[in-house]
Amino acid sequence: MPILEVNNLEVRFPMREGELIAIRDISFSIDRGERLGIVGESGAGKSVAAFAILRLVGRPGYISGGQILFEGNDLASLSPEQLRQFRGNQITMIFQDPMMTLNPVLTIGTQMIECLQTHKGMRRREARELAVEKLRSVAIPSPEARINQYPHELSGGMRQRVVIAIALLTDPEIIIADEPTTALDVTIQAEIMELLLELCEKHQVALILITHDLGVVSEITQRAIVMYAGRIVEEGPTRSIIEQARHPYTQGLINALPERTRPGQRLNQIPGSMPTLMQIPPGCAFHPRCEHVTDVCRTQVPDYTRFDHSRVACHWVAVQEQTSV
Amino acid sequence: MIAFFIKRLGQALVVMIVISLIAFSIQDNLGDPLRELVGQSVSEAERQALRDEMGLNDPFLVQYWRFLKRAVKGDLGNSYFFKRPALEVIMEKLPATVELVMGATLIILLFSIPIGVYCAINPRNWFTRLMMGTSIIGISIPVFLTAILLIYLFSIELGWFPSFGRGETIVIFGGWHTGLLTSDGLMHLVLPSVALSSIMLPLFIRLIRSEMMEVLEQEYIRFAWAKGLTRRRIWFLHALKNTLLPVITVGGVQIGTMIAYTILTETVFQWPGMGFLFLEAVNRVDTPLIIAYLIVVGLIFVVTNTLVDLIYGLVNPTVKLTGGEA
Ligand SMILES: Nc1ncnc2c1ncn2[C@@H]1O[C@H](COP(=O)(O)OP(=O)(O)OP(=O)(O)O)[C@@H](O)[C@H]1O
Ligand SMILES: [Mg+2]
Repeated sequence: MPILEVNNLEVRFPMREGELIAIRDISFSIDRGERLGIVGESGAGKSVAAFAILRLVGRPGYISGGQILFEGNDLASLSPEQLRQFRGNQITMIFQDPMMTLNPVLTIGTQMIECLQTHKGMRRREARELAVEKLRSVAIPSPEARINQYPHELSGGMRQRVVIAIALLTDPEIIIADEPTTALDVTIQAEIMELLLELCEKHQVALILITHDLGVVSEITQRAIVMYAGRIVEEGPTRSIIEQARHPYTQGLINALPERTRPGQRLNQIPGSMPTLMQIPPGCAFHPRCEHVTDVCRTQVPDYTRFDHSRVACHWVAVQEQTSV
Repeated sequence: MIAFFIKRLGQALVVMIVISLIAFSIQDNLGDPLRELVGQSVSEAERQALRDEMGLNDPFLVQYWRFLKRAVKGDLGNSYFFKRPALEVIMEKLPATVELVMGATLIILLFSIPIGVYCAINPRNWFTRLMMGTSIIGISIPVFLTAILLIYLFSIELGWFPSFGRGETIVIFGGWHTGLLTSDGLMHLVLPSVALSSIMLPLFIRLIRSEMMEVLEQEYIRFAWAKGLTRRRIWFLHALKNTLLPVITVGGVQIGTMIAYTILTETVFQWPGMGFLFLEAVNRVDTPLIIAYLIVVGLIFVVTNTLVDLIYGLVNPTVKLTGGEA
């Protein structure tokens, strides 16, 4: 049984101009210890999906449909108090910008110890020792001193290490990392990513890694989801997605990778840009940018075409499949 | 820490010199002190002799320097009216004013934080709407009007609280007359304190609410929710601590401003404090007393601001008490 199963998740934001559907029909599952990548351009709905899993959609948004099952239990059936005890305990999060994630007026220690006190009922001293140990495990030098410091006394990279330590503190089943290195210096991005990978492997924690960097996804994850305008357009094993992407959008993303570009050449960006949620075109949301567009793409939202380990939402792929069988 | 104090001391000195200069130069523009001292019957020649004797005909700077030299020793001249050292007269009235300001400050602290926080957490609640509406009204009604309304309602109509004077006081250390230790004194303190807080309280409620709402939008609050902390901890530790930091700075300045409002409040309630005394001194053109008042108030202002900065530096970890940031 997968540890987490998300079925047809939908999140809406009531706006003055009407309701925006930020994500729709999001379904995936993740096994114990598995690492899943979620890729997509800015605004694709990756963060909304991540917060929705913890049932923490920012106001005025709300979950308008679907199901989230953790170890087979529907999270919607939990009381607010049970949900609170679940958050930050079974599933923890790592945010994008470590400069904004930690509370500026509380010490690192306070922000770590409180997790253990609420979730594990630990006493202060005990919690403090564990916190120091976790800081050491994320390679923070002299953790006994650091634990008494405030966030502003640490560099960005160090702060993200602290956030990772917090995410690991309660021995969660799943860590959701929402672009954990985007805000960091390029030189330390790889370092942090490597640390995250190492710790997840060591503790057998499942990882949901959100990013717009396909390169990182290919290095870290076993399975990947590609999102476009609030929908999953392709899902499959990371290797097959990188090596034989089926959806024209995924293919476009891969062609745009720096490795695929000869030196001196401009990056092969997909022409055009992703529509905002207010102006999602009818039919397949990607059709205005697609080179294989046909009439049906303009009117009908594509269903998923299933393969052995993957699925793709694309009329063009579906037609090819039918003719090849 | 030492650098911080030296810097603040320097600032305080500059402020005090400016205040003393202003206070002193008022002297020439506030009628003729001689008229107050001597009767109409004194001849012009005698007046001139007296002026010379008092040094009132000396050049401005000479007079100012003489004034400064004495002021540093605590000698601000004799009150024309009381015929006693002005500073002594002022200091006798200081406890009444300080206790009034303390009363008002206590009311502000006690009500503005819970109400401000509540209104930030429940932005659409009927109580919040009510508070936001009434606070606008509270801010725009002048203090003396509030004071009169309070007297009419709670003193004349309901008879709950006295409206006149300080009531029974007792002397504690150093000749400080306090009304805080007798029930009569406390009853007398209620209406003046409420009146004095009537502008600052709504101001603070609104300030705390808007700061808190801003804080609640921050990424670290979102992270706190994702950590599964209790609402209590998120609101009253994570959010409130960040909310109160800027409020402390504004609050310090406002306490200073409140001293100015005491003039009105004390007059309406016949509260025997410095503000009441000051108004009387102005009416009597009692220049030494006016100057002494301005200097004492200036001193209080400087001291409270320094204290507030100090507290701010202690509670805000991102501020180091060096001369630079603080
Ligand atoms: N609080 C909100 N109110 C209204 N709309 C929102 C809100 N939060 C998100 N949205 C909508 O959801 C869309 C998806 O946002 P989301 O933050 O999930 O994108 P993302 O894929 O994480 O992008 P990025 O890579 O920039 O983080 C946004 O374009 C926005 O229209
Ligand atoms: Mg995002």
